[in-house]
Amino acid sequence: MGSNMAENHPVGFQWVLEARERGAHVIHVDPRFTRTSAMATKWVGIRAGSDIAFLGGIVNYILEHDLYFEEYVEHYTNASVVITEEFVDTEDLDGFFSGWDPEQGEYDTTTWQYQGMAVHGTGGDTEAGFDTSGEQAGHGGHGGGLEHGEPPEEDKTLQHPRCVFQLLKRHYRRYTPEFVAETCGCSVEDFLHVAKALTASSGREKTSAFCYAVGWTQHTVGVQYIRTAAIIQQLLGNMGRPGGGIVALRGHASIQGSTDIPTLYNILPGYLPMPHAEFYGGLDNFIEANTAPTGFWGHFDAYWVSLMKAYFGENATEDNEWLFRKLPRVDDDNSVYQTTLDMIDGKVKGYIVAGENPAVGNSHAKLHRLALAKLDWLVVRDLVEIESAAFWYDSPEIESGELKTEEIPTEIFFMPAAAHTEKDGSFTNTQRLLQWHWQATEPRHDSRSELWFYFHLGRLLKQRLADSEATRDELVKALRWEYPTHSQIQEPDAEAVLAEISGWEIATGAFIDGYTKLKPDGSTVCGCWIYSGVYKDGVNQAARRKPHWEQSYVAPEWAWAWPANRRMLYNRASADHDGKPWSERKQFVWWDADDAKWTGLDVPDFEVDKPPSYVPPEGAKAEDAIAGDHPFIMQADGRSWLFVPQGLEDGPLPTHYEPQESPFDNPLYGQRANPRRQQFKRPENPYNPVGGEQGSEVFPYVATTYRLTEHHTAGGMSRFVPYLSELQPAMFCEVSPELAAEAGLVHGGWATIYSSRSAIEARVLVTDRIPPIEVQGRTTHQVGLPYHWGTRGLTTGGSANDLSSLALDPNVHIQEVKAFSVGIKPGRRPRGKALTEFVEELRNRAR
Amino acid sequence: MSETRSYYGRPVLKEPVWKDEIALYFFTGGLGGASSVLSLVARATGHELLAQRSIQIASAADAVSPPLLIADLGRPERFLNMLRVFKVTSPMSVGSWILAYTSAASSVSAFLNTIGRLPRVAELTRLAAAGSGAPLAIYTSTLISNTAIPVWHEARRELPFLFGSSAAASAGAAAVIAVPPAEAGPARRLAVGGVLAENVLFKLMERRLGMVGEPYSKGQAGTYKKLAVGCTLGGAALLAGPGRRSRLAAVAGGALTLAGEVALRFSVFKAGFQSARDPKYTVEPQRARLSAQPADPRSRTRPVSGDGSM
Amino acid sequence: MLDSYGSDAKERVGFFTDTSICIGCKACEVACKEWNLVPEDGLVWTGESYDNTSALGANTWRHVAFVEQKEPARLEGDQPDALRWLMSSDVCKHCTHAACLDVCPTGALFRTEYGTVVVQEDVCNGCGYCVPACPFGVIDRRHLPRSPADPPAEILGLQLGKREDGRAWKCTLCYDRLKGGHEPACAKACPTESIQFGPLDELRERAGKRLEKLEAENWNGARLYGNDPDDGVGGFGAFFLLLDEPEVYGLPPDPVVTTAHLPQMWKTAAVATGALVLGVVASFLGGPR
Repeated sequence: MGSNMAENHPVGFQWVLEARERGAHVIHVDPRFTRTSAMATKWVGIRAGSDIAFLGGIVNYILEHDLYFEEYVEHYTNASVVITEEFVDTEDLDGFFSGWDPEQGEYDTTTWQYQGMAVHGTGGDTEAGFDTSGEQAGHGGHGGGLEHGEPPEEDKTLQHPRCVFQLLKRHYRRYTPEFVAETCGCSVEDFLHVAKALTASSGREKTSAFCYAVGWTQHTVGVQYIRTAAIIQQLLGNMGRPGGGIVALRGHASIQGSTDIPTLYNILPGYLPMPHAEFYGGLDNFIEANTAPTGFWGHFDAYWVSLMKAYFGENATEDNEWLFRKLPRVDDDNSVYQTTLDMIDGKVKGYIVAGENPAVGNSHAKLHRLALAKLDWLVVRDLVEIESAAFWYDSPEIESGELKTEEIPTEIFFMPAAAHTEKDGSFTNTQRLLQWHWQATEPRHDSRSELWFYFHLGRLLKQRLADSEATRDELVKALRWEYPTHSQIQEPDAEAVLAEISGWEIATGAFIDGYTKLKPDGSTVCGCWIYSGVYKDGVNQAARRKPHWEQSYVAPEWAWAWPANRRMLYNRASADHDGKPWSERKQFVWWDADDAKWTGLDVPDFEVDKPPSYVPPEGAKAEDAIAGDHPFIMQADGRSWLFVPQGLEDGPLPTHYEPQESPFDNPLYGQRANPRRQQFKRPENPYNPVGGEQGSEVFPYVATTYRLTEHHTAGGMSRFVPYLSELQPAMFCEVSPELAAEAGLVHGGWATIYSSRSAIEARVLVTDRIPPIEVQGRTTHQVGLPYHWGTRGLTTGGSANDLSSLALDPNVHIQEVKAFSVGIKPGRRPRGKALTEFVEELRNRAR
Repeated sequence: MSETRSYYGRPVLKEPVWKDEIALYFFTGGLGGASSVLSLVARATGHELLAQRSIQIASAADAVSPPLLIADLGRPERFLNMLRVFKVTSPMSVGSWILAYTSAASSVSAFLNTIGRLPRVAELTRLAAAGSGAPLAIYTSTLISNTAIPVWHEARRELPFLFGSSAAASAGAAAVIAVPPAEAGPARRLAVGGVLAENVLFKLMERRLGMVGEPYSKGQAGTYKKLAVGCTLGGAALLAGPGRRSRLAAVAGGALTLAGEVALRFSVFKAGFQSARDPKYTVEPQRARLSAQPADPRSRTRPVSGDGSM
Repeated sequence: MLDSYGSDAKERVGFFTDTSICIGCKACEVACKEWNLVPEDGLVWTGESYDNTSALGANTWRHVAFVEQKEPARLEGDQPDALRWLMSSDVCKHCTHAACLDVCPTGALFRTEYGTVVVQEDVCNGCGYCVPACPFGVIDRRHLPRSPADPPAEILGLQLGKREDGRAWKCTLCYDRLKGGHEPACAKACPTESIQFGPLDELRERAGKRLEKLEAENWNGARLYGNDPDDGVGGFGAFFLLLDEPEVYGLPPDPVVTTAHLPQMWKTAAVATGALVLGVVASFLGGPR
């Protein structure tokens, strides 16, 4: 669900087909019948934006028919935990949870807590009055920092009306198969087929896995989509078990790496938080606030200090608190969409765009092009001159006159980038696998790698600031910036950087073999604690290439997974609470009583010598507070959370909400959409009228955006390449024969698709693969829009993201581009000024 | 019978890459080859002027043929590669050699005949030209039959005779133009006989081809065919009638016949393109052939029906 | 077939393309072009499902076909709204009896020691005879004009625009890679092993078992195409498992190598030649001078 694995992860998908060949059910639930659906054993078509209804229906089905894995749920989840009596569910507040503050527009989560205690943020309290719960609040296994590892009140019989199990039942009671069919537009039979297949393939002897991608995340309730699947997988006992789990199919060869060693404004490597402006006079406060009393986040200080030693070397000492007070502070929401609006407001002077193409790839792409035109300076690093670098002379806004080249103040530097074949480096993929790649050829002309660019930029900045006395320059001067370089262009040695990321003991130079060896006393260096060990023994572990036929199916000697080369997280859950595998067939990691340690096919995700019988003593801290039969060690109580008391902005339980823009009202509640979703009510970001509102008939269809195998994201790496461009040489929309008939569209002809933001044109592909659906008693049509195209390259065309708005998930600021509303009509779009006039007229009609 | 299934109506085969020069070559090859034969028989029966004109016509046609072929090559500068091998599985290989010999022989013979020197050589080369000229006039039909193009391949029994008749008619008609009516008797009879034969053969061929012969009634092939029928019959009528006495009528009849022969070659040529373009000409006969056979378990052809029945 | 190679003859190799696991990713098309420096073949959006390549030709040696059908993938129970999407990577069949090779007048097309059919590009003079001879419509003449000032043909091919190269081009089964002990680029790139490369005998056996498995699983329309050594081209060196009739994929249902009828054709030609001579002679008999 929420993914199209065959098209976007074709190489990984071969393993799904291997499973199918051995009799696995492969089920694809998606608004369109895609190349994945063609390979699946069952496809169920649903309305874009209705996945929580579908998944909630499965939760209800499991609970109604008692199909949950009893032993697993009892021991490993928080099903038995009693929640505070102040908690009120959406069923009683017409779509709100308790704690909603309408003025602030956010939830106070006190009433979601476990009965009898206050829960810490795992990474501490990162909220501070302004919204910086940011991109990664949920990453890296946040949970509550319980005082001593066990919740104060539980009911092992699961009968207490306020125990999680009963709250779950009640919350999903209305998600009947009929409700699912009406809300999602599928048939009751198809829904039941999926529910039955899933439950029949789970348990001791069998497991099932979910695979998702941005079809789930790119919604204003994106995180809650994944949460619903997490609830299902916990109930069915599929987490931490071979063939189970929830696989996040990331969208790009190393996007996992780009959050691990982050390119995100509010986190540091290994998901350590950036300090915020208002807190933490000193380091001690910061450490305390971010150290969970229990779980492995309990060693936050070791990870932090080792990172500071990597950054600053000898300049960071215990006396100067490892330069903590000099570090910059996050004082605002600097995520990309907010920053773009700040650009529009003239608050941003300069911008570096590296390996991205916001002028095509970001939601409300038009806004981004207008925003870039407000900067003083812009640096674009890419392989080709993408739309984000050329907007000042080649864009729909130049065509329409909204932008005039001679009036744009932005000074643009286009710095050509080297391709992955022209440099050493690593990719971190969707399985947390770091795979090294070697340079095959020298970069040509002025093309340079990221490593080269940032290293030499830093070197030059340090040079220029060497004699500066200003306080703000101290940190740059303090940076440890010696790396060996090679070749004529002085390319930094990527393996030296990897070694620093992995870490060493300063005194001896000995390489660290894992994060448990990191110290908070300044004696260790480590650039990213979760990657610690990738250079174990001075060997580039990520470069290992032992083929899978020479080792077990887990293949631990192919490359290196974080953390600690552990291939499956929470794998202690593959054994029962006594440490025995749930079945011989599904054995993975188990307790060897003779050797008194955990062993198995993978690195155990558990303290290797902690027996299953271990009970934490009073006052135990960090990992010592986790019992021997609690596999979910990153959580404060060592259990998986069916109900999430802390860490999410929009609810402890997922609820069906309608997207920001859809033709429907919420069938369950008066509250239509996620109340906590991030909206930007500004004239530059008009929203379509929705549901039953007046004017919603101007945009009556559900649009969804997606990728094609043949192109790559915003097109910078494919639309300029002949061999790829010829495979999909034009922007097109996918519509059903019924929609074509209704809207007067001709197969092979042109269509104009429009929203309140803008209008684009596309060729028309009439196909049965995106059929009309019956939702809430009426026929609904969906329009499919690949989003790869822009004005430049060998194949050019309209950008689907010109149609979407800024409406974001509140937890991670991800844009809702998977479900929004549009109108469609035959013919090419108006040109020049007529385009803006056309859009203006639409907005007037929709008022 | 259900509609022929195809892949978006796209062709199964590739149309030939040959341009109009090749159709012209069919004509000049036929003209040249048959004229050498005509020249030999004329000489043997004492029709000296006819013999001389015919060998000159043969040599002229044979001189034009190679440039036409070379111009049509993708890499004209590599034309000599045609003589790298001699392959009996390739009518083009065999034909390249035939053309080489024939044009060498006919040009030498014509030259010597014209200047009146080395008579023995002139006669030997005329014999040689006639010996390879006859196959020259025929082999192009084998060449096009020996492809996957249905309208050509399925006409493999008729095309050699059709091309032979056309070559004969061309040689006759050209010779009629070149000699006074009193000398042109055999040439006239050859031309008229050839025209009649080819028109009958064309009809027989179309009838046997059935649906596969459809290109001859549509498009360019159809148009050229109508032109061919009109011009050849008209020309033959002129030759057989007033052409016996009037030089003017003979020339007109001869020219009209020649035009008709060119049109005939173009009709057959263009038909091949049309035959390749529509997948039904390839698929239907093959599908019919398969349905007529008992089901072969090894290829396990299974009909597909939407209701799941087999 | 390979007797003339003597001890240099290798085991005959080929492709088994199992379209039941083709995901339509077109990596085969791209890998082939990258390895063989085949030119871009036209930026034309066809609207024919996801197929903008359309056909094999001089500039496309692997072509993925897409057919959307209102049919179930497997025949089990009642499936009223079933959809399936056939995807298949087409390629030169490297026929046992190859018409292109038979008709080539320069000897440019030859049979390699691996049993494959390859064009020698330094010999081919672009006569084009192979083009209509192929019963599958695979081989074609390349369009890329040359002028003395142009860069080498390989680089030229990568630039846009239609120009003449003049020679016939087709899949070589990566002859150069075979000599280096590697599998062809398309087989290497195919992520699901829909394209399988290996000794032809092995592939045929594997395909037979594969068909049995699919039939046991009630796949709709599964069949082998080109695996039979007694078919009209003597069996394909690159054969397929299809899920519908060949013509649905643009393939001929019962291809026959034209050379099969050539002995008959030469006989007919001989008779016609004789008839021509007799006809000429006859016009001298009787009648006035």
